[in-house]
Amino acid sequence: MHGVVVDPIITNLTVFVLAIFVGYHVVWTVTPALHTPLMSVTNAISSVIVVGAILASGPGPINRGSLLGALAVALVAINTFGGFMVTERMLEMFKKKEPARKEDGVKK
Amino acid sequence: MSANAIALWYLLASVLFILALKGLSHPLTARRGNRFGIFGMAIAVVVTLAVTNRVELAIGALAIGGIVGYVVAKRVEMTQMPELVAGMHSLVGLAAVLIAMAVVSNPAAFGIPAPIPTANRVELFLGTFVGMMTFSGSIIAFGKLAGLGKQFRLFSSAPIVFTGQQPLNLVMALAMAALGVGFVIAAPGAEWTPFLLMTLLAFVLGILIIIPIGGADMPVVISMLNSYSGWAASGIGFSLNNPLLIVAGSLVGSSGAILSYIMCKAMNRSFFSVILGGFGAAEGAATGTAEQKAVRSGSPDDVAFLLGNAESVIIVPGYGLAVARAQHAVKEMAQKLIAKGVTVRYAIHPVAGRMPGHMNVLLAEAEVPYDQVFEMEDINSDFGISDIAFVLGANDVVNPLAEEKGSPIYGMPILEAHKARTVLVNKRSMASGYAGIDNPLFYMDKTMMVFGDAKKVVEDIVKAIE
Repeated sequence: MHGVVVDPIITNLTVFVLAIFVGYHVVWTVTPALHTPLMSVTNAISSVIVVGAILASGPGPINRGSLLGALAVALVAINTFGGFMVTERMLEMFKKKEPARKEDGVKK
Repeated sequence: MSANAIALWYLLASVLFILALKGLSHPLTARRGNRFGIFGMAIAVVVTLAVTNRVELAIGALAIGGIVGYVVAKRVEMTQMPELVAGMHSLVGLAAVLIAMAVVSNPAAFGIPAPIPTANRVELFLGTFVGMMTFSGSIIAFGKLAGLGKQFRLFSSAPIVFTGQQPLNLVMALAMAALGVGFVIAAPGAEWTPFLLMTLLAFVLGILIIIPIGGADMPVVISMLNSYSGWAASGIGFSLNNPLLIVAGSLVGSSGAILSYIMCKAMNRSFFSVILGGFGAAEGAATGTAEQKAVRSGSPDDVAFLLGNAESVIIVPGYGLAVARAQHAVKEMAQKLIAKGVTVRYAIHPVAGRMPGHMNVLLAEAEVPYDQVFEMEDINSDFGISDIAFVLGANDVVNPLAEEKGSPIYGMPILEAHKARTVLVNKRSMASGYAGIDNPLFYMDKTMMVFGDAKKVVEDIVKAIE
């Protein structure tokens, strides 16, 4: 093994598998009452694909690839901004209105 | 910025995304979680812009998309959340496809050598295929959820089934795999034909797998597409050797998968039977016999009297309540009852709305304090010791037939409203629910029906409570 460079696909696979485990365990702790905000925030998070779109849009000269990239940026930016904002709007509604009585109502 | 520095920033963004999800474990920490998510996204975007040669194109596109996103997020009604989420899934899917096309078109921009290596091609194929199916499938889901069935038949909320549907899907899937192989082994310059054909096929297949799924199963579909959009992002992350995309994509992918599982369990359906579709095709078939049996019905005044004299009341809201926009009236009713010393709680079935957790959001919007709102497993044992269960616009989720062997919904977990001392039910008419099954709860001796529009009825009850 020493001196041999690991193929990036193996490193990627390692990251992928471990991230699935993290996701699995974290998502089970989400309270069912917040499952809709969970969906909208995961939506916003998956729009991190915008990173790939930005890279595609800006290699230098404008060509087919960079225009496709720019189109992807515009489309997915709707999620990036809209996804987090609508989540914020929903969570705002879950804010406590009256301070009395706590914890007993919500599980975990 | 060095490649190592970029990777470390991306690592930070990944951690922030995980914290964003973790925050949702409680309403009190949820907003902080969302801020973590925003922060992570900002890091990812800024770092990427910093290493890009040409930023004006990207910044312009970000501004356009951002404005559209802003307007949509501000304007959307809470009842429209399922459509919004479905629409957003489609955008992620389409973006994945466009990025894959950009890679095929100009691999050097991503640091990929000119004849794209085999491994990258396999990843591109997977990312495109999943992305395109997410795109077209989500559009169908959007149409179904937005009730556009009248405008366009493919959007019909009733399942669309035809003979040979599954064999056709199988053939298409095989053809897609063949084209995928064609793309992977294609000579430089000849990649486009198999790639575009495969994309087209994925588009059609995405439509075909969603149209046979009926309206009642939409919570599963929307969770499933959530999962797909995550896997598409992961797939693109693999092609670009970008760990941030891989991590974010797998978080979303597993989240959607878990939600699909929870929804399936809540309906006692196997994931496969949902995917194969056709459920709800016989909608309304079992109604006819119901009308003869006697039901006891009462007026809003009667209900107000019963509620006012109760000690504990559990309200069971269903989607019918949201359709009638009666949440605010219900909250007012609950407030009046609480002021009289009545204990009022809400019981939420996991599939009470059109997507996971939908009913909780609708109640939160009406400013119902979240500590009065309980999940099924937390409150079910309390129906037996409650004076009144007040069912508003819900049907199948309180159907006691689910406990009887041989009934079509046997095994589906229900809210045990029938165990309360008195059961009050508001419905528009005696029509059966999504599942098309009669509900014995309505004919029990202790049940009183109040017919009419939920909002009107509840407002009348509010007036009548003294």
